[in-house]
Amino acid sequence: MSRPRPEPVQVVKRRRDAALTALFESVPYARFMGISFDRRGDELTGIMAYADHLIGNPALPALHGGATAAFLEVTAIVTLSWATIWDDLERGRLSEPLTADTLPRLPKTIGFTVDYLRAGLPRDAYARARVNRSGRRYASVHVEGWQDNRDRLFAQATGHFLMPDRPAAERS
Amino acid sequence: MDTDTRLSGARQFIEALPHARALGLAVEAVGDGWATLSMPWAEHLVGDPRTGVIHGGAVSTLMDTCGGAAVLTHPTGALGTATMDLRIDYMRAATPGQAVTARADCHHVTRAVAFVRAEARDGEGVVAVANGTFTLERPKGAVL
Repeated sequence: MSRPRPEPVQVVKRRRDAALTALFESVPYARFMGISFDRRGDELTGIMAYADHLIGNPALPALHGGATAAFLEVTAIVTLSWATIWDDLERGRLSEPLTADTLPRLPKTIGFTVDYLRAGLPRDAYARARVNRSGRRYASVHVEGWQDNRDRLFAQATGHFLMPDRPAAERS
Repeated sequence: MDTDTRLSGARQFIEALPHARALGLAVEAVGDGWATLSMPWAEHLVGDPRTGVIHGGAVSTLMDTCGGAAVLTHPTGALGTATMDLRIDYMRAATPGQAVTARADCHHVTRAVAFVRAEARDGEGVVAVANGTFTLERPKGAVL
C-alpha cells in the first residue's frame, strides 16, 4: 500500500498561515492593540507590540492592567479557536478561501480572571494559552504572559468560553 | 474635599493615563470609595466585525480603571494602587453603538489590600460584573 505523497511545505504553511491570519486580522480591537501571533506547527505565541498608548501608569511607566487583560483574553480566544479548527484545516474540510466570514465564529468569553504578578514593562509582551478542557459547548483555557524572561510571568489568566454553534451536519 | 474638587482631581488623574485616553474613558462621577466611568462605542474597540459588538478586553480596561479610581477615592487615603486580580463575568454582548458605563465600589480595605466590586451597563442593562483586589499604597508611617 502506498502512502499519499506529503504536500509541499509551502502549500501547508500558506494554508495554516492564511487560517491563523483570518482568525484575528479582521478584529479591529486586536489590530488597535497591536496583537499578532507567531506560529510553530500548531503552537501559537501571542505578541503585543509595545506602543505608548498601552501605558496605564505613566510614573513607572507600566502597561495598563486592562491592556494586559485584553492581550491575554485575545490570546486565549484565538488559541482556542485555532485548536478547534486545526483538524478540519489539516484535512481540507474548511471552505477556501479562508477568511473571517468562512471560518467558524470565535468563542465568547463567559468569565475571565486575571492575576497580575508584576508590573508590565514598556516593551513587547508574549503569551501562550493552554486549552485545559474543550467540549462541544464550553471550554476552559489558561494563559500565561511574560516579557523578557519566559520563567518570570507578569500576568496569568483563566477563562471559560462558550463555543460557537456548529452546523447541524457536523453535530451528528 | 468638596465634590467638585474631587471630581476634577479624578478626571485629571484618569486623563493622564495614556491607555485610558486611547479608549476615550471619561469620569462621570466620584464619591467616597466609588467611581463611575464611561466608554463611548468606537470602531477600533470592536471585537466582532460582523455585529459591531465591543471586545471584552475593552470592557476589562473600563472595569479595571474604574476599580482603581474607586480605591483612590476611598477615605482611607491611598497614595497609589495596582490591580492584583480581577475577575469579570460577561452576561451579554454590549449593544453596538452604545456607550458602556461602569460603576466600581471599593467596599473594604485592609492595611495593604483594597476589595472592589464593579458593574458595567449599557442603555439596555447590565453587560458585565467584576470582582477584584487591588494593592493599597499608604503614606510612610501611616498609623491605622
